Amino acid sequence: MSEHQEQEMEGGLSRRQFVSAGAAVAVGAVLAPGVFLHSVAQARSPAEGASNYQRWGLLIDTNKCRTGCDDCVSACKKENGWGNEQVRDEQKVQWIRKVDLKEHHTGREVSLPMMCQHCAEPPCVDVCPTGASFKRADGIVLVDKHICIGCRYCMMACPYKARSFVHEDVIHGDAYMPRGKGTVESCTLCVHRVDKGQNPACVESCKEKAMTFGDLNDPKSEIAQRVSQYATRQIRADLKLNPGVRYEGI
Amino acid sequence: MKVLDYSEIEGRSGSYIGWLALLGVFLALGGAAALTMEHYGHAITGMNNQVVWGMPHVFAVFLIVAASGALNVASIASVFGKSFYKPLAPLSGLLAIALLVGGLAVLVLDLGRPDRLIVAMTYYNFKSIFAWNIILYTGFIAVVYVYLWMMMERRFNAHTKKAGVAAFSWRLILTTGTGSIFGFLVARSAYDTALMAPMFIIMSLAFGTAIYLVTIIAAYRWTGRELGFSVIARLRSLLGTFVAAVLLIVAIYHLTNLYITQKHDVERFILADGGVYTALFWVGQVFIGGVLPLWLCWHKRWQSSVTATVVASLFVVLGGLAQMYVIIIGGQVLPLEMFPGFDVTSGFSDGQVARYTPSVYELFLGLGGVAIAGLVVSVGVKILRFLPVSLADSAVDPHVKSAAGKQ
Repeated sequence: MSEHQEQEMEGGLSRRQFVSAGAAVAVGAVLAPGVFLHSVAQARSPAEGASNYQRWGLLIDTNKCRTGCDDCVSACKKENGWGNEQVRDEQKVQWIRKVDLKEHHTGREVSLPMMCQHCAEPPCVDVCPTGASFKRADGIVLVDKHICIGCRYCMMACPYKARSFVHEDVIHGDAYMPRGKGTVESCTLCVHRVDKGQNPACVESCKEKAMTFGDLNDPKSEIAQRVSQYATRQIRADLKLNPGVRYEGI
Repeated sequence: MKVLDYSEIEGRSGSYIGWLALLGVFLALGGAAALTMEHYGHAITGMNNQVVWGMPHVFAVFLIVAASGALNVASIASVFGKSFYKPLAPLSGLLAIALLVGGLAVLVLDLGRPDRLIVAMTYYNFKSIFAWNIILYTGFIAVVYVYLWMMMERRFNAHTKKAGVAAFSWRLILTTGTGSIFGFLVARSAYDTALMAPMFIIMSLAFGTAIYLVTIIAAYRWTGRELGFSVIARLRSLLGTFVAAVLLIVAIYHLTNLYITQKHDVERFILADGGVYTALFWVGQVFIGGVLPLWLCWHKRWQSSVTATVVASLFVVLGGLAQMYVIIIGGQVLPLEMFPGFDVTSGFSDGQVARYTPSVYELFLGLGGVAIAGLVVSVGVKILRFLPVSLADSAVDPHVKSAAGKQ
C-alpha cells in the first residue's frame, strides 16, 4: 500500500487499526456464542444436571456469629423437617449444630455453626459400600436414601460428626427431602433451594449476615472474592479434604 | 501314617438334643431382637449418633476375625504340610464357615435397612473397603466350601493343597480387609493406622485357635471319642504363641501412639483414665485375654491339664471380646479433634467423651450370631464326616509308638 493510500484512510482507521478491529470482530463472532452459552449453562434449568462449572461453598464469619443464637439451626429444622425426634438426645438428628470454642491460653471465645463441610474429597463417599453417599458435580455431598443400607460407615469416616442416623420412624417429609428410619442423612446445602437459584435456609435466616453462600469457582462471586482476600480456615485442613465450607475468625 | 476313619456323630442323645435346644433358644432370642430393632428402629438400642457401631459389631467383627483364624489348623496341614494336623482339618474348615456365617448374620441384621441386602449385593463402590469385604466374606465361604470338598472327597484329595493355598491366601486378605475397615478411618485418632491389618490377622490366629480347641475338646468329650493329649498339647502351644504375638503387637500399637504427641489423648483415655474402657483394656484384654492364658498354656504346673487348656481358651475368647469392645466402642467415644487448642462445647457432646450402654437387644443379637455358629457346627458334624473316629495319640502321631519303643 502506498503512502497516499494510507493517508486516505487517516480520516477513518489506520491500516493497523483496521486489521486489529477486524480480527477482534472475527474472534468475537467465533467466541461470543460460546461465552453466551457458558453463561446460560451456569444459570441452568432444573431439568439439567449439576455441573462442575460451579463449586458451591459457604463462608462463615465467626466474628459475626453470636454465642447462644441458633437461628440457622432452627431454619434448617423448619426447611428440612428434622428436629422433632422422640429419641434420647444423643440419638437425635443433627444436620447443623452450634459449637462454642474457648481458646486454651487466651480464653478467646468463638461460636460457629457446624454442618457437612461438603468436601471435595469426601471420606464418607469413599467408604460407602453401595455408593449411596455421593458428591454432585457442583460439590454438594448428598445421601441417596434409596440405596443407603444404614451401615453407618460414613458416620465413622466423617471427621466433622456431620452425619446422623435416623433411629426411629419419621414422617417422610417433603418430596424434595425424603427421610427414612434406618438411613443416614446430613446437610444438603439446601440443594432444592440452590437448584432454584436461592440461598440455603441457614444463610437466609442469619440476621448477623455471618454466612455467605456462593460459587467458589466464580471469581466475581462474593464468596470467592472474600476467600481470596481474607484469611479463612478449613476445619481439619490437615486431612486435605478441601471442604466447601470455610470459616473466618477462628 | 495310618488312614483315619471319619464318621458323623450319632446325635441322638438327650444331651445333644438339649444342646441344640439351648442354641435354639439363643437363636430365637437373637431373631426376636433383630425383628424388634427392625420394627422400632435403632432407638431401642444403646447406639446413637456418636457411637454408631455398638455391641452387635463387637460380636460380628470378633466372629468374622475368629472365622479366618479357625481355618489356621487346616492351613497348617495343607499349606505347610504338617501331616499331624491333617485329621484336624475338616473341623477347622467347618468352624471357619460357621463362625463367618454367624458374624455376617449379626452384621447384616444390625443394618439400618437389612431389607436392602440385595442393594448391598448389586451396588458396589469399589473404593470402599466395606464393599470389598462383602465380596471377601461371601467368597471365603465359597473357597472354604471347595477346600472342604477337595479334602473330604477322596477322588479330589490330590487338589487339597491347591484349594488349601487358595483358602489360606483368601483368609489373609479377608482379615486384612476387616482390619482395614478401621485402619482406613483417617478421621479418628484411635484408628487410622496400617497396623490394624496385621493386628487383626494375629488376633484371628489367637481367637480361632482358642475356639477350635474348645470345640474339639467338647466334641470329643461329649461324644465319648478318644482325643489324645498330643493334639491338645500342640494346639495349646500354638495358642500360647499366638496370644504372646497379640500382646506384642498391641504393645507396639500403644508404644507408637505414646511416641506421637498428637495421639496422647487417645492413649491417656485407653490406658489411664477411660473408666470402663481402661478396665476392659487392662483387666479384660491384657490380663484375662493375655497374661492368664499365657500362664495356663506355658507354666509347667498346667502341662497335663485339659481343663487348664479349656479355661485358657475361654479366657482368650473373653479377652478377645474385650479387645474388640475397646477397639470398636473405645475408638468411637473419644471426641473428634476438630479444633486443636480450644475447649469445645455444643449441644451434641462435642469435646466430651460419648456415652454408650449396650441394650439387651444388641447383646441378644450378638449371642444369636454365636448360636448360629454353634448350630452350624453341631448339625454339620452330625450330617457329614468332619470328625475322625479317634484322635488318640497313637492314631494321629506316628512318633508316639517309636518314642514309646525307645523308652
